Amino acid sequence: MPLLLFSQPFMDSPLIPLIIEWSLKIFFIFGGLMTALAYLTWFERRVLAYIQMRLGPNRVGPAGLLQPLADGIKFIFKEDIVPLDADKFLYTLAPIMSLVPALTCYVLLPFGDKFVMPGLNREIPLHITHVNVGVLAIFALTGMGVYGIVLAGYASNNKYSLMGGLRSSAQMVSYELAMVMSIIGVLLQAGSLDLVEICKHQAGWFGMQWHLFTYPPTGIIGFFIFLIAMVAETNRVPFDLPEAETELVAGFHTEYSSMKFAMFFIAEYANMVTASAMATILFLGGWMGPFVDQFPLLGPVYFTAKVGFFLFLYVWLRGTLPRYRYDQLMNLGWKFLLPLSLVNLVLTATIALFFM
Amino acid sequence: MLICTALSLLPKETSGEYGPIAGYVPVVLLLLIAIAFPVAALAAGRLVRRKVETPEKQIPYECGVDPISDSKDRFSVRYYMIAMLFLVFDVETIFLFPWAVIYDKLGVFGLVEILIFLGILVVGYYYAWRKGALNWV
Amino acid sequence: MSRPFIQSRPEIETEASETVLNMGPQHPSTHGVLRVVLKLDGEIVTDLDCDMGYLHRGAEKIFENRLYPMIPPYFDRLDYIAAVSNGLLYVETVEKAMNLEIPPRAQYLRVILTELNRLSSHLLWLATHALDIGAFTVFLWSFREREEILKIFEDFFGARLTCHAFRIGGMSYDAYPEFKSAVMALMDIFPKRLEEYETMLNENRIWLSRTVGVGIISGADAIDLGLTGPPLRASGVDFDVRKAHPYECYADLKFDIPLGDSGDTFDRYLVRMEEMRQSRRIIIQALEKLPDGPVMAKVAKVIKPPAGEIYHSVESPKGELGLFLVSDGTTKPVRLRMRPACFVNLQSLKKMAVGSLVADVVAIIGSLDIVLGEIDR
Repeated sequence: MPLLLFSQPFMDSPLIPLIIEWSLKIFFIFGGLMTALAYLTWFERRVLAYIQMRLGPNRVGPAGLLQPLADGIKFIFKEDIVPLDADKFLYTLAPIMSLVPALTCYVLLPFGDKFVMPGLNREIPLHITHVNVGVLAIFALTGMGVYGIVLAGYASNNKYSLMGGLRSSAQMVSYELAMVMSIIGVLLQAGSLDLVEICKHQAGWFGMQWHLFTYPPTGIIGFFIFLIAMVAETNRVPFDLPEAETELVAGFHTEYSSMKFAMFFIAEYANMVTASAMATILFLGGWMGPFVDQFPLLGPVYFTAKVGFFLFLYVWLRGTLPRYRYDQLMNLGWKFLLPLSLVNLVLTATIALFFM
Repeated sequence: MLICTALSLLPKETSGEYGPIAGYVPVVLLLLIAIAFPVAALAAGRLVRRKVETPEKQIPYECGVDPISDSKDRFSVRYYMIAMLFLVFDVETIFLFPWAVIYDKLGVFGLVEILIFLGILVVGYYYAWRKGALNWV
Repeated sequence: MSRPFIQSRPEIETEASETVLNMGPQHPSTHGVLRVVLKLDGEIVTDLDCDMGYLHRGAEKIFENRLYPMIPPYFDRLDYIAAVSNGLLYVETVEKAMNLEIPPRAQYLRVILTELNRLSSHLLWLATHALDIGAFTVFLWSFREREEILKIFEDFFGARLTCHAFRIGGMSYDAYPEFKSAVMALMDIFPKRLEEYETMLNENRIWLSRTVGVGIISGADAIDLGLTGPPLRASGVDFDVRKAHPYECYADLKFDIPLGDSGDTFDRYLVRMEEMRQSRRIIIQALEKLPDGPVMAKVAKVIKPPAGEIYHSVESPKGELGLFLVSDGTTKPVRLRMRPACFVNLQSLKKMAVGSLVADVVAIIGSLDIVLGEIDR
C-alpha cells in the first residue's frame, strides 16, 4: 500500500502538494495552538494578578514565562487517582471526550485570506480547510464537549461531580439555543454557512463592514447575546457554575488529578479560543481590517488581535464579576436571551427585506 | 493510507479548488492527532509516575468525611425538563439554518413563512413558560 | 464490592426525589471545619443539619486548671480572627469581679486596638463573603488594609493573629512611639478603600441578585434565636453592647449603630460596611482624646477574684461575646463559660437557608461571619 504514494499517477496528481500543504499547516497550527493554550494560562494568571494587585507567576524563567512548562511537567508526574467505585472506562474517556472536539475545531477556523508564497509561486490559503457548512461543524464539535463533562460527573462517583455535570449539561444546552439563534442574523446576511465566505462578506468599508455594525441595531444585539452565551458555553465566570469552587468544591473535576485534570483544563482554554474566534469571524469580520487587500499577511495579525481582545475580556470578567446563582442563570438564558434572540431574528429578517 | 486512497478517488481539480468532501480530510487528520495527543499524554504519565494506592486515598471526596450515600442516586427531574425543551428548540433552530442561507432568494415569502414557523414556536414557548417548565425554583 | 466506608445517616431521612449532600468539614466555603448536611430536592435545600466540634479543644475545661494570668492566650485562640476582642472580654470579666479601676490611657488604647481588630475582622469577612459569592478580586483587595492593620498589631503586640497585650488591670506595656501616626495614616486611606469595594459590589447586578432577599430573618425571629451583632442589627433591632452596657471608654465616644431593615444577606453586608466606617470614627476620636498616664493599675501579685458569680459581655465583631465566671476565691476559676456569638448566630442558618438554593447556603454562611474556633472552643 505505501507504494501507492509513489505510483506514477499519484505523483502527477495535484494532490501531493495539497497533502504536503495540509500536513505542514496542521503541524504548525497544532504546535502553535498547544503553545498558545499553554501561554494563555500564563496570560490569564498574570493579568488576573495585576487586576488583583499581586504579581502572579514570575519565578519560573523570565517573567514566569516557563511556568506553563513547569505546570505541564508537574501534571505528568502527579499521581493519577481513580476513586473507588468509579466507572474506570468512562472516567478515563471523559477528559479525552472533552479535549478531542475542542482541539479538532481549529482545523475549520480561517485566519486569513490566501497569499502567494514567494519563491514557491503557489497560492496558499490561510486556513487549513474550508467546508461549506463550517458553522454547523463548529457547533457540532463544541456541542460534543458537554459529553465529556457529563461523563466526568457521572463516572466519578462523587456527588459534587454529579451535580457539576448536571448543572453543566443544562447550562450548556440552554445557552446553546440563544447562541445559535443569535447567529442566524449573520448567516442571513452572509447567505452562507462557510466561515470563509462569512468573513469575505464583511470585506466592505475598508474591511470594516463587520456584522456587528450592519443592520443596526440587530448586529449589536446579536453580538451581545452571542458574547454572553459564549461565556456561558465555556463555563467561565460569571457562569462558572459547573465548577463553582465555593459550592461544589471543584464541580465535575473534583476527583480528577494529574494529566486527566490537565486535559479538562486544556479543553476549557481551547474552547475559550474557539468561542473567541467564532465571535471574531461572525461579528468582527474575522481577518478583515484596513489594508488587508494589499497586504494579505495582515489578516492573521488582525485575527489574532481580535481573538486576543476576547480572551482578555474573559480574564477581565473573571477579575470583576461574582458568580450567578443557578436559577438566575437559567432564567437569564431561557427567559431573557432566548426571547430576545427570537425578536432579534425577526427584526433582522424584516430589515433585510425592506431596508437593504 | 485509506485517506490517500479516498483522495485519489476524488475529483482531481486544481489546488485550492478541491471537492466538497475533500475539505473534511484535514478535519479527520487533526481528529487523529487530537486523539493521539491525550492518549500519548496519559501513556507518558503512566510510565513516569509512581502510584501508591491506599484505601483512604481512593474514597470519593466528600469534604473529608466518609461518603454518606452513593452518588449514583436519583436526581431532580428538572434537568430532564431542560433536556426536553432543548430538543424542541434545537430542532427548530436546525430548520432556521437553511432558511437563513437562502433568505435573499425567498423574499416576502421567506419572512411570512418564518413568522408562521416562529409563531408556532412562540406558542409552545409561552405554554412552557406558563406551565412553569422554565422556572427552576 | 463491599463498601465499608459508606455509612447511613439516620437523622436525615430522604424522600424519593431528595438527595443528601455533605458540605464540610473540608469545604472551601464553610469557613473552617463546619459540616453542614444538606437535604436537597434538585438544588433546593429542604432541610439541613449543622455538625460541629471538629475544632473542639476543650478550652473551657482547660481554663479550670489554669491560674488567672495563664488563661488569656487560650482566649486568643478561640475567635482567632478577633483575638483582641476575646482577650478584652476575659480581662474585663476578671477586672469586674475584682472591682479594679483601669487607668484611662489603658482604656483608650484598649478601645483603639479592639476597633482596629473589628476592622480587620470585618475586612476578612468581606473578603471571604465576596469569595463565597465568586468575587475573587474583592477577596484579594481586602487583604491590603488587613495587612496594614496586622502590621500595626505586629509592632504593638509582636504577633499578627493571636495578639495579646491586655493584662488584668490594664496593659502590659504602652504603645510604641509611632503607633498614633501609623494608625492615623491608615485611617486616612481607609474610606477611599471602602469606596473601592462598594464600587465593586454595591452597583453590581450579580452581587445584588445574589444577596438581596436571600436568607431573610425578621427582627422577632432574630431575637427569638438569640442573634447578636450585625445579623441582629441587619434585621432592624437596635442592640449593641457598646451602647447598651458601655464598657471601657465607649460612653465618652460618639458613634452610630447602623441598622438594616429587611434582614437579608445584603443588609448584613451593608451593616458591616457601615460598622467599619463607625469603627474608624471611634478610632480617630479615641486617638485624639488619648490621655497620658500609666497603663497599669495597682494589682495584687496573686490574682484571686472574690468568691461569687459574674457575667460580662463585650461587642465582638461577630456579636455579643459573653463570659460567665464562677470563682471560689482561689487562684483558679471554678468555671468559665462562654456565650459565643458565632455559635448562637449559626443556629439561625436553618431558619434562613431552608427553601433556598445550595448557592444561597454558601452566601448565608458567609454573611453570618462565623469562626469555628469560637463555635467549637
